[in-house]
Amino acid sequence: MSAATANGHGVRVEVRGLRKSFDGEPVLKGVSFTVEPGEIFVLMGPSGSGKSVLLKHIIGLEQPDEGEILIEGQSITSPDVMSQYRMAMVFQSGALLNSLTVGENVGLYLAEHQLKSPEEITKIVTDKLELVGLTGIESKYPSELSGGMKKRVAIARSLVIEPQLILYDEPTSELDPLIAVTIAEEIVALKERIHVTSLVVSHDRDLAFGVADRLAIIYEGEIQLIGTPAEVRRSSNPLVHKFLTAEFKPNNLSHASK
Amino acid sequence: MFQNIGELLTLFWRTLKALPLVWRQRQKVFDQLFEIGNASLLMACILSLFIGGVITLQSGPVLVERGFGQVLGGIVGLSVCKELAPVMMSILIAGRIGSAMAAEIGSMSVYQELDALRTMNINPVQYLVLPRLVAISIALPTLVIFSILIGWFGGAMVSAFNERIAISFQGFFSNLRENVHFLSLVNGVLKSFIFAVVIGVVCCHQGLVTMGGPRGIGRSVTKAVVNSIVLILILDYVLTRVLIDLK
Repeated sequence: MSAATANGHGVRVEVRGLRKSFDGEPVLKGVSFTVEPGEIFVLMGPSGSGKSVLLKHIIGLEQPDEGEILIEGQSITSPDVMSQYRMAMVFQSGALLNSLTVGENVGLYLAEHQLKSPEEITKIVTDKLELVGLTGIESKYPSELSGGMKKRVAIARSLVIEPQLILYDEPTSELDPLIAVTIAEEIVALKERIHVTSLVVSHDRDLAFGVADRLAIIYEGEIQLIGTPAEVRRSSNPLVHKFLTAEFKPNNLSHASK
Repeated sequence: MFQNIGELLTLFWRTLKALPLVWRQRQKVFDQLFEIGNASLLMACILSLFIGGVITLQSGPVLVERGFGQVLGGIVGLSVCKELAPVMMSILIAGRIGSAMAAEIGSMSVYQELDALRTMNINPVQYLVLPRLVAISIALPTLVIFSILIGWFGGAMVSAFNERIAISFQGFFSNLRENVHFLSLVNGVLKSFIFAVVIGVVCCHQGLVTMGGPRGIGRSVTKAVVNSIVLILILDYVLTRVLIDLK
């Protein structure tokens, strides 16, 4: 048993030469990087650059055409590796089960695997919801929640697993800036509190530079650069520069229309 | 097409393998049973009453005119029991319950709820397909027994009150008892059980493979219902041929 499993801390994730095509269209073109235990690693890039597909590979929802993913040095295709380590994913949409209440959603993992008694599950659900700043909403249905609340419930659901690795898919998309800040604070707080390894996929520059220990820029299925936020800012890579400095300027619009 | 059949058989096999876990999912099975009963009972009652009535109205006057009125109970009894109740109920359930299954699982697929289940190590076959398949396999044969009784009653009513037939309740049921045996009932119920499995597997499979947003869900629902009905009718012939000696 690895140290990560024994002490419950974050796990090391290695992605090696990952390639994936859909209908002959390459989406990932040999992606490689390593996420250290307890690190917040942000994968940033424009829409359609293969970020979400990459996350799905890491959690085992997609199979690569080539390459491999290692958790604590073991390939995720090896038997029992996925059940040996506790991993959770916070989906872009939240992906809460609409037919279940918030409480049932958050406690689903424990209830389905019969890991705790119903009373204990109720207590854990309340605790986890409190951790993400939500109280008294256990009996509400996801359709009654705002986008930000859904995201936080999704985070609470992932916390129930007591994960060693959390994957966040666009955690601040569709959220107002105040809620986005709350979510970003939550990501950092979780790292401090449970030393979880976090892999965040986002095209939100403020979030990426705010929470990342290291970040990678992915463009058209290829990693362009990996470094600390300061290193990425100093990069002379024109694609990285273009992505980081893209800005809406109303003056340009008025010139263009003339 | 062959790929589809392969996928259906695989899903059926995976659900069978999950069968020992059904006790864990009992609450969902009860919920589904309630859903099926609630959605179908009244409709089954009306449909069966009129099916029995129509078959009596069609065959009764012809038989009476030719002096064979005394066999009407047997003919209606057997038709309803072996053929009409199982097939019509199965088509009704495919339309009402199968479509709901495909739509619910389909929307879960489109909105990443199935992916969320998988990331929590919850098998969608155990969590979603198993309780639905078990519930429909219990509910449809039960509805068919109910439908047979109502169908017979509908036939007897028309037989007694239509002046061109005018065969009493006693006369109708006496002939029915002579011709419809326990194995005839087993025949109808067995057919409906097999149809229930087909509806459950086809509709859940369509739900699981749904892609492409609300339009994809609509396509899946249509496909699930049409495929179920086509398979029911083809299997009906095959089963009738196999069970033909089952009196």
